Amino acid sequence: MSVEAATAATAESGARRGEPRPVEELDSVTIRFVGDSGDGMQLTGNEFSRAIAKAGHDFATHPDYPSEIRAPTGTLFGVSGYQIQFASRAVFTSGDAPDVLVAMNPAALKTNLSDVKRGGIVIANSGAFTDNNLAKAGYKANPLDDGSLGDYRVYKIDIAELTAHALKASGLSKKEVGRCKNYYALGLMLSLYSRPLEKEEEDIRHKFAKKPEVAEANVLALRAGYAYADATEMFVTSYKVRTADIAPGTYRSLTGNHAAALGFVAASELAGVPLFLGSYPITPATDILHELSALKHFNVTTFQAEDEIAGICSTIGAAYGGALGMTTTSGPGMALKTEALGLAVMLELPLVIVNVQRGGPSTGLPTKIEQSDLLQAVYGRNGECPIPVIAANSPADCFDCAIEAFRLAVKYMTPVIFLSDGGIGNAAEPWRIPDPAALPKLEVKYRTEPEGFQAYARDGNLARAWVRPGTPGMEHRVGGLEKDFLTGNISHDPVNHQRMVEVRAAKVAGIAQDIPPLKVEGPEQGDLLIVGWGSTYGSIVQACEKAAAEGRSVAHVHLRHLNPLPSDLGDILKRYKTILVPEMNLGQLARLLREHYLREVVTLSKVQGKPFKVSEIYDRILELC
Amino acid sequence: MSNLSTASLLTKKDFESNQDVRWCPGCGDYAVLAQIQKLMPQLGIPRENFAFISGIGCSSRFPYYMETYGMHGIHGRAPAIASGLKLARPELSVWVVTGDGDALAIGGNHFIHAMRRNVDLKIILLNNRIYGLTKGQYSPTSELGMKTKTTPLGNIDRPFSPTAVALGAGATFVARTVDSDQTHMAGVLKRAAEHKGTAFVEVFQNCIVFNDGAYDAITDKSVRDDARLMLEHGKPLVFGKNKDKGIRLRGLEPEVVTIGEHAASEADLVMHDESAEHSGLAFFLAQFDAPKFPVPLGVFRAVRQPTYEEMNTQLHTDAAARKGRGTLAGLFSSGDTWTIK
Repeated sequence: MSVEAATAATAESGARRGEPRPVEELDSVTIRFVGDSGDGMQLTGNEFSRAIAKAGHDFATHPDYPSEIRAPTGTLFGVSGYQIQFASRAVFTSGDAPDVLVAMNPAALKTNLSDVKRGGIVIANSGAFTDNNLAKAGYKANPLDDGSLGDYRVYKIDIAELTAHALKASGLSKKEVGRCKNYYALGLMLSLYSRPLEKEEEDIRHKFAKKPEVAEANVLALRAGYAYADATEMFVTSYKVRTADIAPGTYRSLTGNHAAALGFVAASELAGVPLFLGSYPITPATDILHELSALKHFNVTTFQAEDEIAGICSTIGAAYGGALGMTTTSGPGMALKTEALGLAVMLELPLVIVNVQRGGPSTGLPTKIEQSDLLQAVYGRNGECPIPVIAANSPADCFDCAIEAFRLAVKYMTPVIFLSDGGIGNAAEPWRIPDPAALPKLEVKYRTEPEGFQAYARDGNLARAWVRPGTPGMEHRVGGLEKDFLTGNISHDPVNHQRMVEVRAAKVAGIAQDIPPLKVEGPEQGDLLIVGWGSTYGSIVQACEKAAAEGRSVAHVHLRHLNPLPSDLGDILKRYKTILVPEMNLGQLARLLREHYLREVVTLSKVQGKPFKVSEIYDRILELC
Repeated sequence: MSNLSTASLLTKKDFESNQDVRWCPGCGDYAVLAQIQKLMPQLGIPRENFAFISGIGCSSRFPYYMETYGMHGIHGRAPAIASGLKLARPELSVWVVTGDGDALAIGGNHFIHAMRRNVDLKIILLNNRIYGLTKGQYSPTSELGMKTKTTPLGNIDRPFSPTAVALGAGATFVARTVDSDQTHMAGVLKRAAEHKGTAFVEVFQNCIVFNDGAYDAITDKSVRDDARLMLEHGKPLVFGKNKDKGIRLRGLEPEVVTIGEHAASEADLVMHDESAEHSGLAFFLAQFDAPKFPVPLGVFRAVRQPTYEEMNTQLHTDAAARKGRGTLAGLFSSGDTWTIK
C-alpha cells in the first residue's frame, strides 16, 4: 500500500485533508508516552528520541516502567512511561511537566494527567476507554466525555482501530496488528512536530529485516498515523522546534548502561588488557552485561555467575590473573558483594564495581531512580576498608567514568566503586562519538622482575605491584588475613596491623591529589553554592541557569569523585554563604560534607523514585538566596 | 625463593613454602599437603603456572604452604575465585583446596556450579565431618546423632555425601581417597591432575582434635578390607580380606554377596566403569555407606567433556571470525549515528 492509499484509509475513518496548518515555533517540548507495560511505550519513546536526535535536537529521556514484566492490562500499577524533552538548546533533563501526554488507556491517563502542563495536549487512545478499562482505572465516568479534562487540549484518537483499519489488507493476525499501534502513535507525533518520515521508515525496515511483513505493517501504521495527523483538522497547529546549537561531530543516542559498556571496552583496548565481567542479572544494571556479552570479538569475557557473590569473586580471580576485572550490580547485589569487596581491599587488586542504584532498602523499587547507596559505597564494609567512589552525572558521562574507574583501579591497585543509577542507566542522550586516538592513556604494568620482589612493597602512590600468576620466580601467596607490611605473609603483629590499616587509608586518601580541579559554574563566590553528584546534574544546571538569569547569586559544583573528596572542595565551600545539596536520598552527601569540612549544609531531599524537577530545585534556590 | 621454572628439574622441596605449617600435630591435612607437593614436580608444569585457591577453614590454609601462586580467599568462595582466574588465564593449573563446611555449607552454590560448568579446576575437599577452625561444630557431613558443641543432644541434620553432590552437579571427574593411605591418595591425585575439566577429589581426613577416629572403620588395618571397596576401572566390585565379597544387583537394589555362596559367582558382580557416559553407576556407588555396604574409594567417574574455558575460547574465536577483531572506532560508530556540521 502506498502513502496515498494509507491516507485514503484514514480519510475513510472520518478525517479529510485540510489546508496546511500554521506552524508554531517552540524552544522545547516535553512529551510523555504512557500505556500498559506491554504496549511498547519504551520502544515508541526510543524511536521518537532517535528521530528527534537525527533532526539535530538535543534531548534527554526518562523511562519509567513498572517492575512487573507484563502487569495485568489496564491496571494502574501496570502503567509504563517514557518521557523525552527536546529543544533548540542544550537539554539536561527529561523535562518537568509534559507538554504532551500520549495516553494509551484510562489507567495511563489517570496516573499521569496531574503532571501535564495546564493547557497541554492530551492524546488519548479513545478505543481503550472501555467500561472495563475505566473501571480498572477507577473512573466512574469516561473522562474523555464528562468535561473533566477542560484544562487540556484533548485529542481522542482510536489508535487501535485506526491501525487495524490501515492494516486490514496486510494479512496479519489481529494480535500482530495490535502490536503495530505504537508505530501509529509515533507517526502522529512525528507529524505534530513536523518531522519527516523517510528516515524512520528506513529504521523500521532495518530493525525488522528478518520479518519483512512485520516491517511493512509497521511502516504502514507509521504512515497512517502521520497521514491522519496531517489530514485531520484535529490538530489546529503543528509545532516546530528549532534545531539546537550542538557541537559539530558525529553522534549517536546512548543510554548510560550502554555508554558504560563502551567505556569499559575502551579501557580494555587502551590498556591492551582483556576485560572480564563477572555479573549476576539485576535490574537496572543488567544491560551492561547484555551489551558486553555481545562483544566477544573484542578481548571481553562475560561470565553470568551463579549469584552476586560469585559475580565479584570470579572478578577477583580474573583480576588476580591480570585481567581488567569488573562486576555490575544494584543495591541488594551490592550488599551481597560486601565481604568480597573487603577481600579485594586486602588483596590490593584492581577491579571496578558498578552499582546502578535503584530505590531501596531491600528489594525496594527495582525500576525507580534513587541515590541512596552513597554511604554504603563509602563506608559499608567491616573493618577499616577504604574504597574510592566515583559517580556519573549523565548517560554519556558513564563512558568517561568507566575509563576513569579503571584508571584509578590500576594506578592505585584498588577496587573502585562506580555509582550510576536507574535514571542514568536507562535514559538516553546524544553522545558525541570520540576519536579513539584522543582518549586518555591507560597504562598497565605487571611486575616481572623477581630481583628484590616483595609482594606488598609500594610505589610512590602506595600501590603494590601487580604480579600475574605464571610469572617465574615470584610465586607468593595473598589472602584476606592481615599481612606483613612488606612480604605479604600472614602477620598478627599489633603494630604491623595499625601500619597496614593506615597505609590502606592513606593510599585511597592520596587519590585526592589525582583529581582534576573542580569546575564551578557561576560566580566564584556568593550567596549560594549547590553541590551535587550523580544524575541530579541536569535539574541542578537548569535550575541554576534560571535563577542566575534572574540575578540570583548561585553557583553549582558537581562531584564525580566522592571518595576521596577533591582536594579543592574545602576552599570552594568557604566562598559561599549557604551550601545546598539536592539528593535523591535523605542527605548522604550532605553528611559527608559536614563530616569532612565541619560545614553546615542544607539538604534538599527527594525519594519518590522520580528525578528532581527543575522547579523543585529552583524554588529552593529562591528561598535560600 | 627458588628461581626454578624448568618443570623437569623440580622436586618436592621446590613446592614447600617457607611458612610454618600450623595445623595440629597429627592432622590428616599434613598427608595431603605432602602428597600434593610430591605430585607437583611429576606433572611437567612450570611451578609458576600453578595457583592454589582456598576459602576459610583449616584446609584453606593450604595455599600458604605451597611455593606456588596462591590465594587464601573468603569462606566458601574459592570455586568462584578460581573460575574467574581459570577463565582469564586458561594456561594456568588452578587448584581449589576446601573442606566440608567451606564447600558444602557456606559455599555450596559455587561448588555445584563450578562442576556444572566443567571449569578445568582441581577441587580437593578435605572432609573431616566437623568444623575444626571454629572448634568443633557439626558440618553438613557430620553423622546423624553426632554430639558436637552445637548438637549437645545429638545431630538431627541429615548429612550428605560430597561425592554424591559432585556427581549430581555433573562433575566429569569424581574420586575419593583417604588421608592414611598415601599410595592410594597419590594415585587418585595424579589422575585428578591429569583430568581435563573439573576434577573433584574427596579426601577422608581425620581431625585429631574434634572428630578423631571418624574413619577408623575404613583405615584400621584389622577391619578395613571388609569395610571398604577399592574401585578399579573394568574390574568387578570385589572387596573383603579374602577378596571373596562383591556387589550384585537385584533389579535396581544392590546387595553384598559372598562369592561361592547363594549361587553368586564373580560373573554376577557389577563391573566398574568410570568412563560410562551416564553417571548412574557412579551415583549408585556414592550411596554406599557403612555398615550396610563397603565404602568405595577410588575413581567413581572420569569422562572427557568440553571444558568451560575451551568453550569460552571457542566463542571468542568464532565471534572474531564472524565479525572480525573489533576496533574502538567501529564499535563507537555502530548503530544509528547522525552528523552535526
